[in-house]
Amino acid sequence: MNPQELLYAKTHEWVYLAEEGGTQVATVGISAFAVEALTDLVYLDLPEVGRTVTAGESFGEIESVKAVSDLYSPLTGEIVAVNEELREALEKLGEDPYDAGWIVKIKVSDQTGLDQLMDHAAYEKLCEEEQA
Amino acid sequence: MRNTRDTQLLFELSKAGRRAVELPACDVPQEPIADLIPARLLATCDLPLPELTEPQLVRHYANLSTLNMSVDTHFYPLGSCTMKYNPKRNERLAALPGIVDLHPYQPDESLQGLLALLYGLQEMLSEIAGLDAVSLQPAAGAHGELTALMVAAAYFREQGERRTKILTPDSAHGTNPASASMCGFDAVTVNSTSAGFVDLEDLKQKLDDQVAVFMITNPNTLGLFDPYVRQIADLVHERGGLIYLDGANMNAILGVTRPGDFGTDMMHYNPHKTFSGPHGGGGPGAGPIAVTAQLEPYLPSPTIVKKGNGADACYQLDYDRPRSIGRVRSFFGNTGVLVRAYCYIMTHGPDGLRRVAENAVLNANYLLSRLQPLLPVPHGPRCAHEFVATALTLKQQRGVTAMDVVKRLLDFGYHAPTVYFPLTVKEAIMVEPTETESKETLDAFAETLRQIVDEPPETLHAAPLMTPVSRPDEVAAARKPVLRWREAEQPSQVEG
Repeated sequence: MNPQELLYAKTHEWVYLAEEGGTQVATVGISAFAVEALTDLVYLDLPEVGRTVTAGESFGEIESVKAVSDLYSPLTGEIVAVNEELREALEKLGEDPYDAGWIVKIKVSDQTGLDQLMDHAAYEKLCEEEQA
Repeated sequence: MRNTRDTQLLFELSKAGRRAVELPACDVPQEPIADLIPARLLATCDLPLPELTEPQLVRHYANLSTLNMSVDTHFYPLGSCTMKYNPKRNERLAALPGIVDLHPYQPDESLQGLLALLYGLQEMLSEIAGLDAVSLQPAAGAHGELTALMVAAAYFREQGERRTKILTPDSAHGTNPASASMCGFDAVTVNSTSAGFVDLEDLKQKLDDQVAVFMITNPNTLGLFDPYVRQIADLVHERGGLIYLDGANMNAILGVTRPGDFGTDMMHYNPHKTFSGPHGGGGPGAGPIAVTAQLEPYLPSPTIVKKGNGADACYQLDYDRPRSIGRVRSFFGNTGVLVRAYCYIMTHGPDGLRRVAENAVLNANYLLSRLQPLLPVPHGPRCAHEFVATALTLKQQRGVTAMDVVKRLLDFGYHAPTVYFPLTVKEAIMVEPTETESKETLDAFAETLRQIVDEPPETLHAAPLMTPVSRPDEVAAARKPVLRWREAEQPSQVEG
């Protein structure tokens, strides 16, 4: 996926929105900036398929040699897919954060949280501010 | 000088038939083991235990012990841990036969000396906290947090309230939200302001009637005393909540202010930090808690009470505590470290303890001033007992990280400071010199850091260069840990 065309949460998750069979499905991952800031990853706690999530709520955890961080759901809906391959291959998050490194797919139930997401330019600016 | 042969694994040093002891012939009748234990439970071969002589064993462990850093051998500015010198006098006193030879099942009447000492410690900890009652049972700081939250839960239960949330600032020790979670509460994070204090607006927004406890560390993990702590306590109390003080940083305020005076309802101490008990290998820590009179009925059972006065005084374990949360630790807690804390407090007295805090703060501020030109301190220019510097500029300009800098310090004979904590500071290096270091040590440390920040990045990425192990592969250790030694997996030749 082209990072320029994705939406981003303040908490560094990226979102790719697509229509699948008449419903809106969001693919969610974490940005290259976030992976870089987390440093060496050691563990990823993924949710169950079928779980409902609310925008802004934690749906999993990611642990690096530095710290444990929450993964926040950018939107509200139901988890319809989880990238099981990441469990054994966390390095994919760093090598290919916007494709092979996707984390979950959410069937979006309403538009809550959508207005909080930013485009690539706004997200880049946020990263620059955080870096300063 | 280094003996790498005797520090191989005991399994590698093993030779069949070697023994460190020779037992006399058995003079009691022997029964065949198969008559005593069902055959299906018996092992079919001998246990593969290493076989060595006593000198081999002693050399193995004595040599391993020299590969470590400790407060006895090195400056140890590990932020948040208060690695002050542990006076040898306290070790001697804690090892007196009247203390170490007691049995915890002896009747109270025959334990009066130890009970008097522990009662005295309860009283002193209560006075230093400015709170009414103390339990010495918790076995560590985090255990103290959990115990105090259980006390709070019992209190709210009796009030007929079901509160579900615990608030912690984003700069809190990770143990705070972990304790909240262990105790069945939801941990909610409160943001800090850019100045490093609790964000009062964010607190007000998150504060509701579901909040049981606000857990605050003051001075906080940035080494700053929160000037709004009284206001925070008032806000929380107005909504019926309680204030918990994480006492990890008591070294900065001993005898200067008391948590009870700034609105704390309950707190723990880390005697192994504040009162110079040894950390780690020197014995376990302890996490005594102090609470207000309102919470006293819920403290763990038993507490130590004094009956009578003067020559008639006697000390007892009081189990008659119907509203207590019960026991959280066997016997009297980790007595050894409590005895050391008692000796430390008695040695210093009230004025001495205040001087401890003043000198800890003075040392930290002196070192902050020396280091700031090398590594900026975002929440400077002043601090309490510790400060958090950042290697962010160094990383941006030369690709050198906080980890690189502190690993290199090991080569120069300094224990590395805490890094990457608190999370609110990027590339954090958290330095706590404590009051027991001389100006010369602080100057030498600052001078070493000045040299290090100018070294080539390649040297720093590879550091430490002089330690027996350089950089362990932390990712592999976490994801693919090798938990047991197996002969087949070992190379046939061991280096060294």
